[in-house]
Amino acid sequence: MHIVIVGLSHRTAPVEIREKLAFAPTAMERPLRQMLELPTIAEGLIVSTCNRVELCAATKEPEAAIAALRRFLAEYHEVPPEEINGSLYNYQGEEAIRHLFRVSSSLDSMVLGEPQILGQIKTAYSYAAEFRTCGLILNRFLHKAFSVAKRVRTETAIASNAVSVSFAAVELARKIFDRLDNKGVMIIGAGEMCELAARHFVANGVSKVLVTNRTFERAEKLAAEFQGKAIPFEDFVDHLADVDIVMTSTGAPNFILGQRQMEEVLKRRKNRPMFLIDIAVPRDIDPKVNKLDNAYLYDVDDLQGVVQANLKERQKEASKAEAIVEQEIGQFHQWLGNLEVKPTIIALRRKLEEIRQQELDKTFSNLKDLTAGQRKSIEAMSSAIINKILHQPTSILKRTQNDSSGEDYVDAVRALFDLPAPADNDKEIKPLDDMEEAG
Amino acid sequence: MTTDVLLFKITLLIYFVTTICYLIGVISLKDRFRQNAIRLLIGGFVLHCVTLATRWVATGAIPVASLHESLSFFAWALVGIYLLFYLRYRTVMLGAFITPLALVLMIIGSAAPKQAPALNPMLDSWWFPVHVTLAFLGHAVFAIAAAAGIMYLLQERMLKSKKFSSLFYRLPSLDTLDSMNYKCLTFGFPLMTMGIISGAIWANSAWGGYWRWDPKETWALITWFLYAALLHGRLTIGWRGRRAAIFAIVGFGFLLFTFFGVNTFLSGEHSFRNFTGQ
Repeated sequence: MHIVIVGLSHRTAPVEIREKLAFAPTAMERPLRQMLELPTIAEGLIVSTCNRVELCAATKEPEAAIAALRRFLAEYHEVPPEEINGSLYNYQGEEAIRHLFRVSSSLDSMVLGEPQILGQIKTAYSYAAEFRTCGLILNRFLHKAFSVAKRVRTETAIASNAVSVSFAAVELARKIFDRLDNKGVMIIGAGEMCELAARHFVANGVSKVLVTNRTFERAEKLAAEFQGKAIPFEDFVDHLADVDIVMTSTGAPNFILGQRQMEEVLKRRKNRPMFLIDIAVPRDIDPKVNKLDNAYLYDVDDLQGVVQANLKERQKEASKAEAIVEQEIGQFHQWLGNLEVKPTIIALRRKLEEIRQQELDKTFSNLKDLTAGQRKSIEAMSSAIINKILHQPTSILKRTQNDSSGEDYVDAVRALFDLPAPADNDKEIKPLDDMEEAG
Repeated sequence: MTTDVLLFKITLLIYFVTTICYLIGVISLKDRFRQNAIRLLIGGFVLHCVTLATRWVATGAIPVASLHESLSFFAWALVGIYLLFYLRYRTVMLGAFITPLALVLMIIGSAAPKQAPALNPMLDSWWFPVHVTLAFLGHAVFAIAAAAGIMYLLQERMLKSKKFSSLFYRLPSLDTLDSMNYKCLTFGFPLMTMGIISGAIWANSAWGGYWRWDPKETWALITWFLYAALLHGRLTIGWRGRRAAIFAIVGFGFLLFTFFGVNTFLSGEHSFRNFTGQ
């Protein structure tokens, strides 16, 4: 059994094509069922997000399955195949395993390390499980992908370090203050980014929120949202000493906070450090404030710079994550190989055993005057012949099950000995060790 | 080679390997190396305890009299106090500054004559080991303060200039580093004060005078005033952060000079030569 993936992502297709091929998350039953009706497809799963569409399937004929899935994607969405062919990629075998492991670990995401993709794949899997389009192989495959993603998340720092401006502000605050739970924030002016950052600060434990605005009603409204306090715009400088973090985004044409004022504020705070975030353009706070000891002033560009630095840091972690993925591919590939090899060995042994039984019966019906001891010797001898013959092919099958030649040997053995096609996948397969004892 | 010298050399070797581990860990930013460095350092410290105990048993006196002994003891106090800080703050990076310092002390110590000192009978008083032990514990605490100060300045520089090297992600927050500075000061200052007082009492019993203005005493007093000024500034005027970090670094420079420089460049009662009669 093979795993194949056909799909497209932000790396291969522009949004105009991605949106045409997306599957509505609320109506997954129809496409899943249609996919499973395709010839050669044994199990199927569809991942559809705004950045990617992936059709993942288990099949016995990978080449045919890939062609069928490509056609299905075009036909289902009623687009001419020529239009999308250039945007589609397909993977099979080890490549397919690597691809899904990388996608679920967020190594293939537009924003490296973003956490949503794993949830989206989990949702896709839950649909496939609900409509029973995935079986033994995809069940195991997806669970493995989830555990790989978890390993990557816990063993590398790929998801640490904020890659959005508002999160970066929170992280910088942590590098200055360590703990935020006993800290206070002042929001000056109203801006979406300010609000968002304030929300992050409150979520990270900041307990005291002061809001000020030239229009006092707006300040009150925002303050109510954070259970904070509104203060008149004229007095905001007097309250600065009571907070540790200041965010400004007013439309003022000039600086509303100068170096001299901040010097006073810091003195009143006994030099306890302050973190000032100036999101306004034109800027609200005199950049000279950053020169003061214990005052850390960041404007929009500075925060963008932090985000860029964080992204670079994530890139470094990505190589660790790739190594984890490579490790896990081997394990899963081995399991997949076992699915083929074990039943083949069992079938081969059964076949030879049948021949032996038939020939023994024939021989014993001709030689009726054999003693019990002589019959036993003949049985033992024939059994030994089978074991000797089987020894080499069995060990080769076991040895090669992890590499690419394994499948060729399995096919060869099945053809040479005319073995029946493997049993249904859902049947439980006995471990190799048990079988050896039986032989 | 006596047992304690052999143990000393093994300890030195462990500190050396630990330092290498830290350097690789800091340069390559592989956390694994730094985690292993901590384990090695704990092992080295345990062995160092055994070394000192063996020496104590062999010579019959707390091993703080000769240059070799006192350097070994200084390094021991340094590592021990760092490990205590590690338990409290979990700052692996601090060790990257402390371990090389301990290693340097040990290397100088290994070059110094290792035979047991025949202590000048005048100095044979219980006040002597008390004085030296307190002084070295104080030195060790202030060394931590200086290391935290260097880390503070590095971190502060990056936050101010907004240029972040990978180190930024591994260094603790400014607040943590500044509170380490304060903690060190509140422990180190009393230790140093008691060290000076116990020294004065001992001097009185040995030479019949509490204070003789020999160069080491003078420099120790200057250093004491420096730390006193920092403590005062912290408690009353709100000195903190950068200024406190610089003070801690400068103060430790004075301490090192008092310890090494005075012995090397100036002469006085505190010179080890006078102790061992060489």
